[in-house]
Amino acid sequence: MSEKKFRQLRTSKVNNMPATIKRIFSFMFKYKIKTVIILLCIVIAALTNVASSYFITPVIDEYVVPFIGMENVDLSNFAKMLVILALIYLSGTIASYLWRKLMSLLSTGMLDDIRTKLFNKMQNMSVSFYDGHTHGELMNYYTNDIDSIRPLVAETFPQVVSTAISIIGVVVMMLNQNLKLAAIAIVSLVIICVISILLGKYGRKYFLEVQKTVSDINGYSEEIFQGLKEVKVFQHEKQCREEFVKYNEKMFSVAVWTNTFAGMLMPINNNLSFFTYAIISIVGSKMAIEGSITIGALASFLLYTRQISGPISNLSSQFNAMMTAIAGAERAFNLIDSEDEVDEGVIELVNVEKDQLGNLTRTANRTGLFGWYNPSDDSITELKGDIRLNDVTFSYEKGHPVLKNVSLYAKPGQKIAFVGSTGAGKTTVTNLINRFYDVDSGSITYDGINVKDIKKSSLRGSLGVVLQDTNLFTGTVLDNIRYGNLNATDQQCIEAAKLANADSFISRLPEGYNTMLTANGSNLSQGQRQLLNIARAAVSDPPVLILDEATSSIDTHTEKLIEKGMDRLMKGRTVFVIAHRLSTVRNSNAIIVLEHGQIIERGDHDDLLKQKGRYYQLYTGAAELD
Amino acid sequence: MLSLIFRFTGKYKKETIITPILTVIECIFDVLIPYVMSKIIDIGIKGADGANINYVINMGLIMIGLSTLAMICGAVAGRTSAIASTGFVKNLRLAMFDKISSYSFRNIERFEVPSLVTRITKDMRELRMAYVALVRQFFRAPFQLLFCAIMIYNINHRLSLVFWIAIPFLALGLFLIMNIAHPRFRVLMSKFDDMNAKLEENFIAVRVVKTFVRENYEKLKFKATSENVRDFQRRAENIVLLDMPFFNLVTYSCMIAICWLGGNMIITNDLLVGEFMSYLSYLKMILFSLMALSNIMMQVLFAQASVDRVNEVLNEKIDITDEQANQDLLVENGEIEFCNVSFAYNSKASKMALSDINLKIESGQTIGIIGSTGSSKTTLVQLIDRLYDATVGEVKVANHNVKEYTLKHLRDAVAMVLQKNVLFSGTILENLRWGNPNASFEEVVEAAKCAQADDFIRKLPDGYNQYLGQGGVNVSGGQKQRLCIARALLKKPKIIILDDSTSAVDTDTDRRIRTALKEKLADMTTIIIAQRITSIMDADKIVVMNDGKIMDIGNHEELLARNEVYADLFYTQQKGVSE
Repeated sequence: MSEKKFRQLRTSKVNNMPATIKRIFSFMFKYKIKTVIILLCIVIAALTNVASSYFITPVIDEYVVPFIGMENVDLSNFAKMLVILALIYLSGTIASYLWRKLMSLLSTGMLDDIRTKLFNKMQNMSVSFYDGHTHGELMNYYTNDIDSIRPLVAETFPQVVSTAISIIGVVVMMLNQNLKLAAIAIVSLVIICVISILLGKYGRKYFLEVQKTVSDINGYSEEIFQGLKEVKVFQHEKQCREEFVKYNEKMFSVAVWTNTFAGMLMPINNNLSFFTYAIISIVGSKMAIEGSITIGALASFLLYTRQISGPISNLSSQFNAMMTAIAGAERAFNLIDSEDEVDEGVIELVNVEKDQLGNLTRTANRTGLFGWYNPSDDSITELKGDIRLNDVTFSYEKGHPVLKNVSLYAKPGQKIAFVGSTGAGKTTVTNLINRFYDVDSGSITYDGINVKDIKKSSLRGSLGVVLQDTNLFTGTVLDNIRYGNLNATDQQCIEAAKLANADSFISRLPEGYNTMLTANGSNLSQGQRQLLNIARAAVSDPPVLILDEATSSIDTHTEKLIEKGMDRLMKGRTVFVIAHRLSTVRNSNAIIVLEHGQIIERGDHDDLLKQKGRYYQLYTGAAELD
Repeated sequence: MLSLIFRFTGKYKKETIITPILTVIECIFDVLIPYVMSKIIDIGIKGADGANINYVINMGLIMIGLSTLAMICGAVAGRTSAIASTGFVKNLRLAMFDKISSYSFRNIERFEVPSLVTRITKDMRELRMAYVALVRQFFRAPFQLLFCAIMIYNINHRLSLVFWIAIPFLALGLFLIMNIAHPRFRVLMSKFDDMNAKLEENFIAVRVVKTFVRENYEKLKFKATSENVRDFQRRAENIVLLDMPFFNLVTYSCMIAICWLGGNMIITNDLLVGEFMSYLSYLKMILFSLMALSNIMMQVLFAQASVDRVNEVLNEKIDITDEQANQDLLVENGEIEFCNVSFAYNSKASKMALSDINLKIESGQTIGIIGSTGSSKTTLVQLIDRLYDATVGEVKVANHNVKEYTLKHLRDAVAMVLQKNVLFSGTILENLRWGNPNASFEEVVEAAKCAQADDFIRKLPDGYNQYLGQGGVNVSGGQKQRLCIARALLKKPKIIILDDSTSAVDTDTDRRIRTALKEKLADMTTIIIAQRITSIMDADKIVVMNDGKIMDIGNHEELLARNEVYADLFYTQQKGVSE
């Protein structure tokens, strides 16, 4: 198992940290006013916290200690001060609520923004992009990468700001009150920082290993669960377990160390601050006895030392999550920045009207007549459905051509069938016509126009494709049919269903056309799904049709329905059929036999039988016992 | 959660018990520190006998000692909790894997693969965090609260009143916030699930989206979904974001109350300055422990979802076991008999998937099974391999009820090529050896030849050592099917069942596979389920299934003559051929 190139590692390695962080901020700064208010409020809240420790000094030194043992003391100044303090606290509390509230609005909005951008980008990507990624990988962008940005923005970022302000505030206060004690506290602060960084660094080393192992466990268990029935049939449980135990033990041996560092961080830092607390108590008391510090100031110092260790350990414990988040953001941004599916085509599909002289004029109405509008010379060519492949060569992977020098033509209204064994390149031909992929050499023309010059949306709009696998969407049956033509009325959708022979089964569904389909129409049978597939193509009413016959097994009754539906759909259109049953092929205008990416025979049914070549073999092979 | 902990802590019991003990000790030391500090101030500095520097230093050293011991306890607890929690999930993960690999088909079908993978990775992470929270913070927070409460009460009864008001108030507030927030987060999770389902749907249907040029439509659809998630996220966060400000508010109020009341008490000599200062330290410790407690509750509540998911896997009842098996019984030959067999996929099903099946297959025969989708052809053959157990009646192989064999012996003798064939990442050779790990290279090649796979394998760049990606992504459908047949043949089975296993193979190759099976493996009973009538029409016996029942049995000519469904099928498929 040397190469594992089929599995993509999702670790927290970041390639360009500054750029990614800048990018995250750029999303944040879209909400300028909010960001400014948030920052302001964080500062206020952090300073209030610092102040809460500072004010103990005057409370003790000015308002309490001087009056010890006295009677009838005037406490109005003390009360006044506490009222002022209360107001400060109140504003701090309000600020702390306000930034959280605004941050929630901002971060959720930002997430929505990134999510939508990413999705929109994915919609613009070519089919080959989807070929290169599993659905799981694509989902990961949303479930892991984008999701990890939220805590980064909404929690870590404010904490960094707040911790920085607290530290600065506390340090300034301490320096102001007593240099000697401040020096002790700052030394301890530095030690705490260093320990946090060191533990974080060791932890991170193992953390990367953990991520790799998690992705291994993920991949391995996914594969085994996917093939669990196979595992059962081959009694392979023991071997699988051995392999899994290896991953599981590896996981333990690395995870136990990241977890150790993470688990030790808090108690070490917390008790280091108690340690400092003790030292400041001793030194401070000595100084108090000597009279070089007041008791009030000492009290404040003791609170300071307890105040800043928490946020620092907190921040450092989030370091791994932070790196993961930045890495996730980077992946998402890289995708957002990647190139769209290229479309250099300019020629558009337009509705046209024809006058008595045969002149074409563009119109906004759906006339049933279409034309190709070329903006460069303002000309319109009528859409007839003439498709030609000229000497086309194509490969999915460099050096492994799937089609070699294929030339063929379909005149308007003709039915062309492709026959050949699996992997011969049948589906590829149709993938090239609708430009899911572009030819390596040669050209494909549509009514004499190179398909590369036609806008992809126009090209695909003029082609109806019934794909081999039926994919349905969450929604009603009607919604699913209407997917073929969003402007179709209910009546038109029902007409299309009737044409496709789908009406009878739909009417028998519990809620007819309004029956909800979920999970890719799992409540329908394979055959019923195909009937909907045909109805969907029918409602789009395309001039040219590509039918990729389904290979899956369908009962005879439904199969007949499908066949009839297809026949009706094909009437009057140029049709390409990728045939898996020779019975569908017979009445084609031309049958093209593909083998290993080359056309080895062509002609109509009778011609080909006479040639006694591959087609004849296939044909008689199937009819062997006759 | 607790029952999981008891079951799967395993050899990490020691660490699991030590961690809370150390944590509590650490916490006691921590709580003592402010008290000692107050003594330094009140006796060392402001003592009745005047300042006493020696007392300050002695007490200071005690504080240093306490904090050092606390640090050691805490650090060791950090290590032991890491071992205990990581070990716990290791045990649990393996138990899950074992359980899942003991699942029968019926069990497997109840779970989706991605959801199983999530349970074995993400849920484990959640559970580990919850475990750590339970063995550390869950002990630390209440004890800290308790010890601090004792301290403040001892220091000054009257002033501690501030806390007796603040603690329930804060606890109630945090509890309310949690109570409102938790269901909202649950709703949010389901919104996330909805969004993910829609995303996946879009990815799967990307070709449909592209062919119908519906990119913009999909964008609009997703925008609405994403905004919906955003709104529910805001709704959930609206509540939890009150947590901190509320906590601050209570803390600050307490501080002012303590300053005022404490200040007055100091003036009247009812409280000492050092005691007052220790109060301020205890204030934060007490309130923070409450906050921590509410965080743990939240974490455990969220982990409950993971616990449920894990339990669902672990508590799944396995319905196919070796319970009634005779360990030594081996399958002698390939004879199969169904006696009055009926079968339903679940007990609540109103309709039997199979009813009243009586069928006898001689060893070495080739049997074809044909019938429309939903006629339960696959169901029928799966009973032979005990992928499911018959609900009523008996399935016999070589004259013994299939339940009398161990699953190992039975499945070694009955090779099944499943409809949805799966290959694993690894070389072709490794994949084929699933059939028999000890097969020699020659045996592998022979099996591959028989399945008509040898030719194309040799044409691959690395031949038999060609690496296949997960699911066999780099070979075509028909090639995959042939590899799967070869893999099954390597078992040298008494019975082979091909469940629509040549549907993607062209008719020519299909025929060659059948010929090879017949010539080289004449003793083997072969059962072929097919849609293509050509795949089965030369079988010794053809079973026509309809609606879970055997409609007819006979050879091709007999059936063609007397069975309307069969004849109909034949003529539809051969239309145009037999003009």
